[in-house]
Amino acid sequence: MNRRTLKNDVIVIAAIAVVAAVIWCVVKLSSKAGEFAVVELNGVETARYSLNEDIRAEIACGDGCVNTLVIRNGEAYIESANCPDKLCVKQHGIRMTGETIICLPHRLIVRIIGEYGVDATV
Amino acid sequence: MKAKTHTITLLGVSTAAAMVLAYVETLIPVPFAVPGVKIGLANTVAVFLLVKRGWKAALPVSIVRVLLSSLMFGNFASFAYSVSGALLSMLAMIAAMKTGKLSEIGVSVIGAVFHNAGQIIMAIALTGTKEIAFWLPPLIISGIVTGIAVGTVAVLLVKKIDFKQ
Repeated sequence: MNRRTLKNDVIVIAAIAVVAAVIWCVVKLSSKAGEFAVVELNGVETARYSLNEDIRAEIACGDGCVNTLVIRNGEAYIESANCPDKLCVKQHGIRMTGETIICLPHRLIVRIIGEYGVDATV
Repeated sequence: MKAKTHTITLLGVSTAAAMVLAYVETLIPVPFAVPGVKIGLANTVAVFLLVKRGWKAALPVSIVRVLLSSLMFGNFASFAYSVSGALLSMLAMIAAMKTGKLSEIGVSVIGAVFHNAGQIIMAIALTGTKEIAFWLPPLIISGIVTGIAVGTVAVLLVKKIDFKQ
């Protein structure tokens, strides 16, 4: 390792960071406040909740797996889950179209969609 | 003959070391709510081999490690994620290495970022949910940070471990 390769490293790292920033901007600019939270199991929609009503719903997905979905103040989040990694519980609440909470072990996806049930992003 | 024995031993020890590192890593809790964020300790072995012995040593070790780890600890989904991440990462690092213009740190960062990109692509393919691309920016940033750390370790390894032959 020498000074020249180190300089190239910095250039590459900066370029990658710029790409990340651009993707982030595109994602943020293309999303707006959503209307519904859609619950999908194995890629099939099983339920749809309005973000305007506060609810707490138990989502069972067979073999005793349960995720508790909560909608409060227009934001949807997973309050508790019995999956092994609990990543879905740690994720922040979602309210913008296209945002998702994904619980891979349970193959569960909660996604926010826009008006009239149309997926407004991308 | 002696050189061949040396190579077989080196690759075997490297595979074992990479597997232990990958296992040790699962014991370290990750304080982020982003799926897929990890340190990538096993990549120290991959970068080291790539620098010392080229892709013909690094690629097989990476593939065998993923296969064995998945057989012992994983399931089909985890295998699909691991293999897509490991392969894309290794190919990107081989290409980065070929340019000859980057140090271990640059190569390692590219490997980490492409590892995460590979897993995202596999997650999109498996779940059919393109919104998973939301996770790309945080995963790219975490890849930069862990890649620098792993690359720094690889620099030290390359400097300290010398093959006498």
